[in-house]
Amino acid sequence: MSQITMPPPDSSILDRREQLIAGLRAAADPENVITDPVETLAYECDALVAYSCPPLAVVLPRSTEEVAEILKYCHRNKLPVIPRGAGTSLSGGALPTADSVVIGVSRLNKILEIDLPNRFIRIQSGMTNLSVSAAVSADSFFYAPDPSSQLACAIAGNIAMNSGGAHCLKYGVTTNNLMGVRMVTMAGEILEIGGSHLDPAGYDLLGIICGSEGQFGIVTEATLRILAKPEGARPILMGFNSNEVAGACVADIIKAGLLPVALEFMDKPAVIACENFARAGYPTDVEALLIVEVEGSDSEIDDQLEKIKRIAIGHNPQVLRESESAVQSDLIWKGRKAAFGAMGQMADYMCMDGTIPTSQLPFVLGKMQEMAKEYGLRVANVFHAGDGNLHPLILFDANKPGDQDKCENFGNDILKLCVEVGGCLTGEHGVGIEKRELMSIQFNDQDLEMQMRVKDVFDPQWLLNAAKVFPIETSRPRRTSNAQKAA
Amino acid sequence: MHKKPPDMPNPKQVTEPASEIELAEFVHRAARDKSALRIVCGGSKQALGNAVIGSQVSTARLNGIDLYEPASLTLVAGAGTPLKTLENELSIQGQQLPFEPADYRSLLGSAGEQTIGGIVACGISGSRRIQVGSCRDSLIGVRFINGEGDIIKSGGRVMKNVTGYDLVKLLAGSYGTLGIITQVSFKLLPAPEKTTTVILHGMDDTQASAAMSKALGSPFDLSGAAHLPQMAIGNKQSMTLFRLEGFEKSVSYRAQQLAELLSSLGEAEIEANSEAARKRWKQITDVEAFAKKSGAVWRLSLKPGDSPQVVNAIRQSRDSEVYYDWGGGLVWLLTPLTDNCGEKIIRQCVNQAGGHATLIRADKESFTGNAFHPQPEIVDKLSSALRRQFDPHSILNPGRMATL
Repeated sequence: MSQITMPPPDSSILDRREQLIAGLRAAADPENVITDPVETLAYECDALVAYSCPPLAVVLPRSTEEVAEILKYCHRNKLPVIPRGAGTSLSGGALPTADSVVIGVSRLNKILEIDLPNRFIRIQSGMTNLSVSAAVSADSFFYAPDPSSQLACAIAGNIAMNSGGAHCLKYGVTTNNLMGVRMVTMAGEILEIGGSHLDPAGYDLLGIICGSEGQFGIVTEATLRILAKPEGARPILMGFNSNEVAGACVADIIKAGLLPVALEFMDKPAVIACENFARAGYPTDVEALLIVEVEGSDSEIDDQLEKIKRIAIGHNPQVLRESESAVQSDLIWKGRKAAFGAMGQMADYMCMDGTIPTSQLPFVLGKMQEMAKEYGLRVANVFHAGDGNLHPLILFDANKPGDQDKCENFGNDILKLCVEVGGCLTGEHGVGIEKRELMSIQFNDQDLEMQMRVKDVFDPQWLLNAAKVFPIETSRPRRTSNAQKAA
Repeated sequence: MHKKPPDMPNPKQVTEPASEIELAEFVHRAARDKSALRIVCGGSKQALGNAVIGSQVSTARLNGIDLYEPASLTLVAGAGTPLKTLENELSIQGQQLPFEPADYRSLLGSAGEQTIGGIVACGISGSRRIQVGSCRDSLIGVRFINGEGDIIKSGGRVMKNVTGYDLVKLLAGSYGTLGIITQVSFKLLPAPEKTTTVILHGMDDTQASAAMSKALGSPFDLSGAAHLPQMAIGNKQSMTLFRLEGFEKSVSYRAQQLAELLSSLGEAEIEANSEAARKRWKQITDVEAFAKKSGAVWRLSLKPGDSPQVVNAIRQSRDSEVYYDWGGGLVWLLTPLTDNCGEKIIRQCVNQAGGHATLIRADKESFTGNAFHPQPEIVDKLSSALRRQFDPHSILNPGRMATL
């Protein structure tokens, strides 16, 4: 299996295992250091389950200061560190190496301050995405970014990957809703960036930290913008007889000045799978299904949906069905959010995450089905159509020799296609290890060098999550000069 | 053979490369000669930040819209493209730049064309910032030349993109000290069909702050909240303003609801004429109130609820006129030029609350120091280190951001 290789572990670290673990136990509360192979099992991989590796140790600190002490120790001893949120990364962002220490933030899960008059919440970064919204829900506020994994994923990981969700067409992604962080650098220095005021005094360090995939530091606290909940929301279902027509309808909705909070697109294979799994009442005889959701008061929703229906009718929909109750609305979303589960029941799958200009939707979907035929694999598409963020789910059989390789090759070809038509490799999952080698398709050597020079500032020795994001050969000189320094 | 940039910059001479590659070659030569460059274009914002001495290089000829897809809400343009060219093209399709770029020319007493590269380099956003984010939030891609003359790209033309580090954010608001921006990409928004202002009269700063907080915590999706105390608008009563934008029916519904929500604070006036409302908010965004008044102008970024107290504290020691935007999170402060424009007092008061104060306008003779708010040592250290990575010879707008 597997085309992605991690660098071999540093034997000088493995040889000193006992001594280093003792050192970690001295630096941290010994109870927070996990080394029993049975207990570290849960930290061997993230949601990119095809890849796993037991780490040297796992530490689950309970304070920023403890994180700083552990990092100082690792820094002094040139121990590679893998930061971990909740381990839901789909790109291998939290995959350890055998010579690394995983530092997880799961025990940093307290609310520090809720300030409704100034519309922010300050939390420890191990809190899950959904629990942040839940903390302010009774006061009719919410935290806008809503990745599909929101029940489990940690804010620390959201910040590392600059996570999005279904509602970012209107509300933006993590970086647009993040006001400040407390972060510990690899050298163990504690940084405060941003806070309850807007905009930086100088360079936008917060902007570069968000989405740096755990390569600049470990974020332990975050100040997040919270928003007043809209009065209501209502989805409408539209079925069309081709992807092209559905794509044209999306374009017309946007051109008409409407900005639905969600504009989700499912192709036929996805519709059928979701319907069989969730019984959401989706029409299964359509080629493409749109879920369009608008917000506001009842009368505002009526007004917007009227406009949207008028546009849809111009494209001869096979189905045009407005939700008539909260139960129906929930059901419509239940189907969409069950997509991954539905696929998982049918087969093994890999979930891709490229973004394309929305004008290229019909072309890319058509091309993808052609490629699927060539590879002899099935692909289903569920994605955020308003912003062009595709999530092709490629189905394969992990027990069939060669199938995973084939699947990975197909996935890579899809992402190359995304870049070719003017898009990018990843819209919200991050590069991690999964798309590391494809970075040179989107960026030239100078672009990558400039990015790596930014990492040099935060982590000069390349100890933090180092063998990720950049092609392994491109980052090798920086990583190995570090190893030599260590020897 | 190429010409070496002069050792002592000629203040009138401006190099205007015709293309990105020509500009890159020019910067490459300047880097070799360690010759400082002052980056210009229309020249409307040269007064922002600290003064720079260097040969002038302009992005004016990197002018033009490279791509505009209304159905994808995406625009890509050369850095030297005039803002008004962009705004005209967008308005034909009923769209706009979300962050409402401000025009400080009246305030700064500058002339010249505003170009999109300058707006991004200075990271300037208007009243809508509170709803849709700042300039950097709308910016989805940049191309720039670093201090070694390398052409670098980050981001792209799609609005959801986490591929590689977000250098886009770092470049926005870096005042040309990390790179000369050559091309920018934005996500766009539909222009509103209707704009309405809900107005409350006669509140003091503290009452207004509470009212803005209440309104922004409501579900009525405000795109602006500002407070103009009596002084800032002459002898009339103070005005607290709430902006609503969108489709006509929705705006009129929300205006009614908002007026009712705030009814305990006084009877609200609803200014439903879109043209009048647009004009009013443009004046707020552009700081028109202080344009014709002499004195230093500061821009304070604070936690919204803190701002009346901070203003009060400053006033204990200095005459100051103020008004509030961004629901109180942004304070514009006009104060005499004396005592280094009041730097010490103003920054002390801001530091006590948390936030920052940037000097936007002053006479050269009246201010020595850093127009940007001093940062904690560790943040300064990281920022300087970043600057060295992007511009190792410190030739791009040296001194513009003082220590950086």
